[in-house]
Amino acid sequence: MSSTKIVITGMGWITPLGHDLETVWNGLQSGASGVAPTTHFDATTFPTTFSAEVKNFDPLQVVRHPELHAGIGLNTGYALGAAVQAWEQAQLETYANLNPERLGIYLGAGEGTLDFNPYVASNLAGWNTDTQKIDGQKWAQHATATMDATRELEQEPNMALSHLALEFDARGPAYNCLTACAASTQAIGEAAAVLRRGDADIMLTGGCHTMIHPLGMTGFNRLTALSNRNDDPQTASRPFDDTRDGFVMGEGAGIIVLETQAHAQARGATILAEVAGYGSTADAYRITDIHPEGRGGAAAMRQALNSAGVTPADIDWIAAHGTSTKENDSIETRAIKAVFANGDDVSSVPPVSSIKSMMGHLIAAAGVVQAITCVMAIRDGQIPPTANLNTPSPGLDLDYVPGVSRQAQVKTCLSNSFGFGGQNDTLVIRATSY
Amino acid sequence: MANRSVFITGVGPVSGLGLGLSDTWPRLMAGESALAPVQAFDARAMGATLGSEIPDDFKIRNFVPKTHRKATKVMARDIELAVSAADLAARDAKLITCGTDATAEPSYPSDRIGCHIGAGLIAADLDELTSALAGSVDNQGHFDLHHWGREGMQGLTPLWLLKYLPNMLACHVTIVHGAHGPSNTITCGEASGGLSIGESLRIIQRGAADLCFCGGAASNVNPMAFLRQVMTGRMYAGSDASAVRPFDQSACGGVTGEGGGIVALEEAASFKARGGSDAYAKISGFGASQTVHRETLNRTPDPAGRGIVSACRAALREANLNADAIDLVIPFGLGHPDWDNPEAAALHTLLGDRLNNVPVLATKALVGNLGAGSGGFDLTIAAQILKTQQMPAIANRPTPLNGLGATTPDRLNTVLVCATGTGGQNTAMVLEKL
Repeated sequence: MSSTKIVITGMGWITPLGHDLETVWNGLQSGASGVAPTTHFDATTFPTTFSAEVKNFDPLQVVRHPELHAGIGLNTGYALGAAVQAWEQAQLETYANLNPERLGIYLGAGEGTLDFNPYVASNLAGWNTDTQKIDGQKWAQHATATMDATRELEQEPNMALSHLALEFDARGPAYNCLTACAASTQAIGEAAAVLRRGDADIMLTGGCHTMIHPLGMTGFNRLTALSNRNDDPQTASRPFDDTRDGFVMGEGAGIIVLETQAHAQARGATILAEVAGYGSTADAYRITDIHPEGRGGAAAMRQALNSAGVTPADIDWIAAHGTSTKENDSIETRAIKAVFANGDDVSSVPPVSSIKSMMGHLIAAAGVVQAITCVMAIRDGQIPPTANLNTPSPGLDLDYVPGVSRQAQVKTCLSNSFGFGGQNDTLVIRATSY
Repeated sequence: MANRSVFITGVGPVSGLGLGLSDTWPRLMAGESALAPVQAFDARAMGATLGSEIPDDFKIRNFVPKTHRKATKVMARDIELAVSAADLAARDAKLITCGTDATAEPSYPSDRIGCHIGAGLIAADLDELTSALAGSVDNQGHFDLHHWGREGMQGLTPLWLLKYLPNMLACHVTIVHGAHGPSNTITCGEASGGLSIGESLRIIQRGAADLCFCGGAASNVNPMAFLRQVMTGRMYAGSDASAVRPFDQSACGGVTGEGGGIVALEEAASFKARGGSDAYAKISGFGASQTVHRETLNRTPDPAGRGIVSACRAALREANLNADAIDLVIPFGLGHPDWDNPEAAALHTLLGDRLNNVPVLATKALVGNLGAGSGGFDLTIAAQILKTQQMPAIANRPTPLNGLGATTPDRLNTVLVCATGTGGQNTAMVLEKL
């Protein structure tokens, strides 16, 4: 990366652990759990009956222009809630010289929630048991009578982007990327690149997602990617533990405000941290599996370190992708060792922990909540723990900060996101004075 | 890195006109239309009857190496189209990758190959899904979610979800061609293709890759996806294929379909170093913007097309050209007044009286709206126009809107390609003859 520094001046999140920066951060430091039986739909007979849901949040109570957001999906509402916090912290409401055409957005937002009941009913109404095919005419008769045009449109993955633009009058470069679990980390890295090119003065970036709906949970249950620990949901997400049995589905959003250091200083903004490095690679290995040596993940980490101009020894904490699946946690450990360890000696590897142990896996939004956590860790000198890690797993021999948070000098953090399909993205987040 | 020029070196258009340039170009030059009554299902009850479908003899197996044949089982139609288009583009560029010839030395190292593909909200195959859903119907004929959770979902193949993740278009392409560099998936409706190409351009400019596959693909030939398009209220309802009339006074709606286009972009010096010659064109500028039109909640562009102008001007700025240089515009050109009129207003603002002499060629008149695939398709055509110095005739515009009547260009040195997505993202690209 060039010498132009990209800084964070505002942050917000809506997560299973709360709806504001400090509440969520307190939860993460105390090892709280956002996991409980699923309430968005009746999941009582599903292989997985629980998830980490956002509780009692109404975005229309916090936006300035609720009339612009009637009929939005859950994910868009989370993004708006997070963006309002970030906007306020960055004091953009009172920034008189804000030029809408220089205000851009780069999100890694997920698609909206399928309107399950009319969808399934239409499919069944159109089903011809003899031909085992859908009769288009019967399907359409049912679907056109029961489905809602707004609800359908709001499922498009660029709707969070569109509503943020409407709310904040953002007319600059606008993108939504959807690279599965890596999306919002990638969005932050690319948003920084937009600023570095001079194509905008301020970027809103981050992501939002919910897949806590019947077909979302079905999809991941069929992949056997989810934890089935229905008798003990709160400890189900146990990254790096030998008894881990899959990830816990979460939902939510995180939004951050990025600008160049020069721009932030010129307008007198409070600088929270710097997006110092970014790496992005593809495994290009298999549809279903991560490369066993974590080839792409290690390459993304190296790229991020290089672009930040730091060495592995400079990293104080690694915010792991750490999903609590057998495969991810083993391979991520291997990839981290490849970059940070000296052969078998892991003493040079900084502490590694996974906040997914507490708030579940926010899928497309997972990366941005890690990035925000990095900034909080830097601010308070606290490394959040990997909760529920009680049984060491053979070969997983790093310092995962089990159980309780740890006081430490945290100046530079590395945050990993690895997506289904082999997308690897890594950020380096650094204190402004280091 | 600012001086790294980027060439379009291979193109892979896929549409109802055929697969690849050799099928597509002669038919486009002959003014043939791909619009016809939808064959895949009975669309009449939805309020639209025409569609644009890929020819029946399309077989994905013909476009992947043997090693990737098994993976075609987990490809939604959208993925098949992207993989095919990328194969066509790679071969058209005479690139050697592990996808085009695994026995020869590849043209580029894996970590220098990137991939940025625009994708839509991929609709599930209804026959496949409903065949499983139908197993969970109670005595009253209603869907039983409890049964589904307990047993029914097992009727879906374990990898079902992986067919429908938007990033799987790029994921399969990276695996087939061994692209380990930066990869992204943009999901911004019809702006997805242009934005993805813009991302590849930026990645090459900043030195993170030397070759990128980019563009987009999508299929709305699926009852659910098709209905979502109908519900946007901008589809032509009749059965006359010549009634899709972008920028005509009688324009009354567009037609949706399937297809897209992938192009190979290469850094100019790397292209020459591998012995490449006869590139199509140079991409000399790119711009992106967001429309904010609160009156329609961004469901249509603002009447003056301000956002479109903003993206076009950004692209021209980067190209160091003024609007006088534009010889031809390939616009979004949907064929509905709510979209055509703002776009026409934007072109008036941009080109002034010169618009009377600058043809505005809307491919959607003949191939329909390919959604996230449309921008990629349009770029393949723009590239071929610059290379051959020939332009297809303007179709279906008997009574042009004021200023939109030009039919032949004064010269063909510079083409402006733009697009606007549902949700308001705008892209523009300036291409120059080599």
